[in-house]
Amino acid sequence: MTEDRFDAIVVGAGPSGNAAAYTMAKSGLKVLQLERGEYPGSKNVQGAILYADAVEKVIPDFREDAPLERHVIEQRLWMMNEASHTGIHYRSDDFNEERPNRYTIIRAQFDKWFSRKVREAGAVVLCETTVTELVRGGRGEVIGVRTDRDGGCVLADVVVLADGVNGLVGQRAGLRTELEPDTVALAVKEMHFLPREVIDARFNLKGDEGAVIEAMGTVTDGMVGTAFLYTNRESISVGIGCLVSDFAQSQTTPYQLLERFKRHPSIGPLLAGSEVKEYAAHLIPEGGYKAVPEICGDGWVVVGDSGHFVNAIHREGSNLAMTTGRIAGETVARLKRSGAACTRANLAEYRASLDASFVMKDLRKYKDVPRFLDRTRQVFGLYPHLINQASQTWFRVDGVDKRTKEREILASFRKSRSLGGLIGDAIKLARAWR
Amino acid sequence: MTTASAGVPAVKVEEKLFQNRYLVDAGRPHIRVRPHDTPSKALLALTHACPAGCYSLNDRGQVEISADGCLECGTCRIVCAKTGEIEWNYPRGGYGVLFKFG
Repeated sequence: MTEDRFDAIVVGAGPSGNAAAYTMAKSGLKVLQLERGEYPGSKNVQGAILYADAVEKVIPDFREDAPLERHVIEQRLWMMNEASHTGIHYRSDDFNEERPNRYTIIRAQFDKWFSRKVREAGAVVLCETTVTELVRGGRGEVIGVRTDRDGGCVLADVVVLADGVNGLVGQRAGLRTELEPDTVALAVKEMHFLPREVIDARFNLKGDEGAVIEAMGTVTDGMVGTAFLYTNRESISVGIGCLVSDFAQSQTTPYQLLERFKRHPSIGPLLAGSEVKEYAAHLIPEGGYKAVPEICGDGWVVVGDSGHFVNAIHREGSNLAMTTGRIAGETVARLKRSGAACTRANLAEYRASLDASFVMKDLRKYKDVPRFLDRTRQVFGLYPHLINQASQTWFRVDGVDKRTKEREILASFRKSRSLGGLIGDAIKLARAWR
Repeated sequence: MTTASAGVPAVKVEEKLFQNRYLVDAGRPHIRVRPHDTPSKALLALTHACPAGCYSLNDRGQVEISADGCLECGTCRIVCAKTGEIEWNYPRGGYGVLFKFG
């Protein structure tokens, strides 16, 4: 390991770490980035949808050579029970634009590309190196990291913790508390390969158009969670995730739950004949605003999943990761330029910038939603079931008059959840959402 | 509403893990279960909550781990954080699961 001293050390080469390393290196800082995987991306898992806006703010011309799969023109939101789904679909030709808004990506490929940009910007990227602990100075300030490469120690003015959802480095240094099982979701995912034209035909797509499905309902077996299906060029990403606390209580294994989702009559035909090439699992921080730890201190700042920056309601994570990484990088670069030290007081600028951005605004908006969902389980089982039952009653033509059908539907809701219960749930949702 | 696995044949997680690439750090498992007589409820839960099926019960009713197929998600670490029954580290740099797609 090099004995050099760096302006900044970035722990981790995911979207947040790459955005931070790139931003600082572009500003002329001497940056070292450490990644435990064989190559950047080899330990990373995502659905994955990439939001162009967050990437553009780091690398404006990323579309020229980034490995993008399809741009998303259709979003389907499904509520499922055992045999059915009731959905809201939004598809628009407006999404076939010169600079598309959302893309599906394959993370291992995207992260490799992003890392190449980081190197080109001048950062030193060292893979196969696990950071084992933070090194502290006399006043307790962070002055560097120790790695598993011959116990080597590297020093820097600031350490950017982009070490992912488990956030082990910061947690072991006492900078944050351990994650609670009801603030993280475990997601499992498979990559299903199919010829491009088969995917085009099954989802009514042409060219690089893509469609994505987000699903909730009885598919999560009463647990708080959602499932997804995203179209890539020649593959489909399919997965399901639920709170870790729920998986710990349930007797259903994550892989059995995934299997069941894949065999749902609404999903099965979309995957038929595919070849599975990978099975992955990853945690997603879903505790929202209230689970965000301290994000900066003397000589350190936290970005991405490690800082719990995920908007679970909108399934946004990589954009919050890149935005927090970029803003942290800009803050450090600004301090460096003005000759100011990376102290807690000076780095508070990072927190202030985040507060003024969509990152904290959105997290704050939904701060009560995780608790609402945890306490209103009927959102994941009963309501999707009732809605599908109602759809069937409504659409089936069987000689029963429409007024009777309407009464039947209302009665089914009242019987399962009582009028008071229905109104109570609606009020709680409105309060948590606003 | 029916229960989770109605009509769905049980899947073998080994067949799923077989698709993946690993570089196993032979003789240096990154996760260990601390010696115990009776596992806590949290430790027992790992026998079905682990997405790679790494945890199993032996014939003495103790929980064992075989970490070779580990996906490094951290679920077990979080479930057993309070009981302290497992010792969890990332594999040494370069070892462990290697996602081709992620």
